[in-house]
Amino acid sequence: MLKKQSLFQISKRDALPLPKALAIRGGILLLALIFCGLITTILTGQNPINVYGTILSGAFGTSRRIGVTARNVAVLLGLSLAVTPAFKMRFWNIGAEGQTLIGCLATTACMILLGNKLSTPLLILVSLAASLVAGAIWGFLPAFFKAKWNTNETLFTLMMNYIAMQLASYFIIIWEVPKGAGKIGVINQSSQAGWLPVVGNEYLLPILIVALMTGFMYIYLQYSKHGYEIAVVGESQRTASYAGIKVDRVIIRTMVLSGALCAMMGFIMTSGIDHTLTTTIVDGRGFTAVMVSWMSKFNPFIMIAASLLLVTMDRGASEVSSSLGLNHSFADILTGIILFFIIATEFFITYKVTLRKSSKKEA
Amino acid sequence: MKKFLALALALIMALSLFACGKKEDPQPETKDIKVGFITLHDENSTYDLNFINGAKEAIKNLGLTDANYILKTNVPEGQECYETACDLVDNGCTIIFADSFGHEPYMIQAAQKYPDVQFCHSTGTRAHTENLANYHNAFAAIYEGRYLAGIAAGMKLNEMIEAGQFTKDEAKMGYVGAFTYAEVISGYTSFYLGAKSVCPTVTMDVTFTGSWYDEALEKEGAQKLIAGGCKLISQHADSLGAPTACENAKVPNVSYNGSTKDAAPNTYIISSRINWAPYYEYAIKAVMDGKTIDTDWTGTLATGSVVLTELNEAVAAEGTAEAIKAAQEKLEKGELHVYDTATFTVKGAPLSVDHMADVDTDEAYTPDTKVVKDGYFAESEFRSAPYFDLEIDGITRLDVNFG
Repeated sequence: MLKKQSLFQISKRDALPLPKALAIRGGILLLALIFCGLITTILTGQNPINVYGTILSGAFGTSRRIGVTARNVAVLLGLSLAVTPAFKMRFWNIGAEGQTLIGCLATTACMILLGNKLSTPLLILVSLAASLVAGAIWGFLPAFFKAKWNTNETLFTLMMNYIAMQLASYFIIIWEVPKGAGKIGVINQSSQAGWLPVVGNEYLLPILIVALMTGFMYIYLQYSKHGYEIAVVGESQRTASYAGIKVDRVIIRTMVLSGALCAMMGFIMTSGIDHTLTTTIVDGRGFTAVMVSWMSKFNPFIMIAASLLLVTMDRGASEVSSSLGLNHSFADILTGIILFFIIATEFFITYKVTLRKSSKKEA
Repeated sequence: MKKFLALALALIMALSLFACGKKEDPQPETKDIKVGFITLHDENSTYDLNFINGAKEAIKNLGLTDANYILKTNVPEGQECYETACDLVDNGCTIIFADSFGHEPYMIQAAQKYPDVQFCHSTGTRAHTENLANYHNAFAAIYEGRYLAGIAAGMKLNEMIEAGQFTKDEAKMGYVGAFTYAEVISGYTSFYLGAKSVCPTVTMDVTFTGSWYDEALEKEGAQKLIAGGCKLISQHADSLGAPTACENAKVPNVSYNGSTKDAAPNTYIISSRINWAPYYEYAIKAVMDGKTIDTDWTGTLATGSVVLTELNEAVAAEGTAEAIKAAQEKLEKGELHVYDTATFTVKGAPLSVDHMADVDTDEAYTPDTKVVKDGYFAESEFRSAPYFDLEIDGITRLDVNFG
C-alpha cells in the first residue's frame, strides 16, 4: 500500500535565471492588468483602456503631476528603505507609522517653539536632530525590550504607534489655531521659518534626499559589516551568536537606525512638504512601506518600482473618481488585485507545486 | 494559457469598441467657464454630500453642464490640497472652492501663486486679514437656523411639561458637540436661546466627542445625556449616532445637516442646515460677469443659505410651524436678534458692551474686535465664520473631549 499523499506537493525551486524570472513577472503584471480590465468592465461598464489611460494621466498627465507623483514615490520609498534593515533582520517592526509621526511631532515642536528664535538653517538642523532622536527612541524601546526580555516586537511597535498618535493629538490641541478648531494649520506660513528650502522646484529636494538614501541603504545592506550582521541575524539568531555576533546589540542598533530614518521622513513631511502636523499626516504609508519592502525582497532598487506602482495607482485614483465618476475606492480595488497577482507570483517563482499523479510517474 | 490570454484580449478589444461606440451623444453648447470643487471626503460623508449637492445645484441653476466643473473628492487637509488646487488651475478652472476648515492655509498658498484665479473657502476665518484680492471666505448665519430649531425644541418641552411628564424645573436638554470650537459653541448657544425664548426654565448639558464624525461616540454621548435626565437631544456632529440613540430611547431629537426622519421617524422633530448652492451660484456668476466676490460672504435666511428641513408634525408640538414662521419674520426684519444681550448672562452678569472676541485669527487667540452693538452680540458680521465662544449661564459642559 502506498502511503496516502496530499494532492499537491510544494517544494522549493532552484533559483530561476533572472531573464526568465523577469519575464514571468512581466507576464503576470500584464495578466493582472487584463483581469482588472475585465473586472472594470463587468462592474462599471467603463472601457478599461480608458480607465488605465485616466490613471496614467492622473499620475503623469502634466509636469506638475509628474512632480507630485515623483515626490510621493520618494516619500513611500524613503519609508520602505527605513523599515528594511529591521525586516531583513526578521524583526517585525510595524511601528513605522508611529516612528514617522513622532518625527513630524518633534519637527513641529521645534518649528513652533523656536520659529522666531533661531535662523532658518539652524532651525532646520535642530528640527532634524530632534526628529532623529525622537525616532531613534521610538525604535530603541521595542528593540531594547526585545533584546532584554524577549517581548513581542509586533505588539510593542504597534502600541508605540498609538502612543505617538495620542501625543500628536495632545500637542495639536495645545497648538491649535483658532481656538477649539483641533487643527494646527500651516506652521509659520508667513515667515516660512524652519521650512526646507525649495531646490529647483518644490518637488525636487525630497526626491534628492531619498535618492541618496537609496544608494546608502544599498551599500549599507550589501557591503557593510553591519549589513552582513543584519543578514546573519535574520537567517538565524543562533548562527549569529555562534559566529560571535552580539545579537542584542545588532537588534537595538538596527531598530534605532530604522526609527531614526522613519523620523527623518517625518521631518521631510513636516518641514519640507505639508508644513503641518495632523494625526493622519503619515496616512498609512508606514504600513504600506512594510509591504513595499517585502515585495521587493529588501532590494532598494526594486523598491523604486514597487513604490512607483502603488503611488501611480493612488494618484490615478483621484483622477478616476473625478473624470470618470467612479468612486475613489475603485482604484484601490484594482491595486488590491494587482498586488494579489504579484504576491502570488512570488510564491510560484520560489516554490514548485506538483500534483500527486505526476510525482508518482517520476517515482 | 495562451488560449486564455487570446480570449481575454479579444474580449477586451470587443468591449472597448463597444464602449467607444457609446460615446456619441452630442454635448450641448457650453459656456467656457470651468469651476473646481475640492472636498475632504466623498458623498458618503453627510457634510461633504451637503456641499456636493450644493455644487451640482448651483451648476444646474446657472445653466452649466457637467463639462463646466471638476469635482475632486477625498482631498486631505495637507499639501495635497494645494497640489489639487494647482492641478485644477492647470485644467483651466478660474474659480475653485474648498469645503473643509483645514484646507484654508493651502488654498491661501494657491491663491498667492495664481492671482488671476478666484479661491473660495467655506468655513475659513482668514480672508479678511490676508489682503488677497482673489481669496474669499464664506459661511452662513446658521445660528439663526439653530435658534429657530431651538424654538421647536422649547415648544416640545412645554408640551411635555403640560402633559405632566416632568416639571418646569426638570426641563433639561442635552447636546452632543464635536469640538469646543466657536462654530459648535455658537451653534449650541443659539439653539439653547431659541428654546429658552419659549420655555424660560430650560437648562442644557453639553458633551463633546472630539471628532466631527464618530457614530459610536455620538451615540454614547446622547445615551449619557439621556441617562443624565435630558428630555430632548440635539447635536452638532455629522453621523446618525445621536438621532439613533434618541429613537431607541424614545427621546425627541432636533437634528442638524438635514432631515434624519428616515432613521428616527418617531423622535425626529426638525433639522437646520446650510444650503451652499446660493453662495456657489453667486460666486460663479460673479466670475462669469467679471465682478468681484465678497471677501467674506455670509449666507442668511433671506439668501436661502440657512434652511430648516421638514417639520415632523407627528412629533412636534402643536403650533410649532407658526411659531417658527413668526420668529423667522422677526429675524429677517432685524426686530429680533439671536444673541440679544438681554436674554443671557455670563457668570451671572450681562455681557459687557465692550466685550472683545477673537475675530482675527492668531496663535495667541487675542481678543481683537468689539462685537457687541445695539444690545446684541453681532455674530458673523465681522467675518463670516462664527466667533461666539462664550459659556453662558444655563448651559453646563459635562466634559470636554479633544479627540
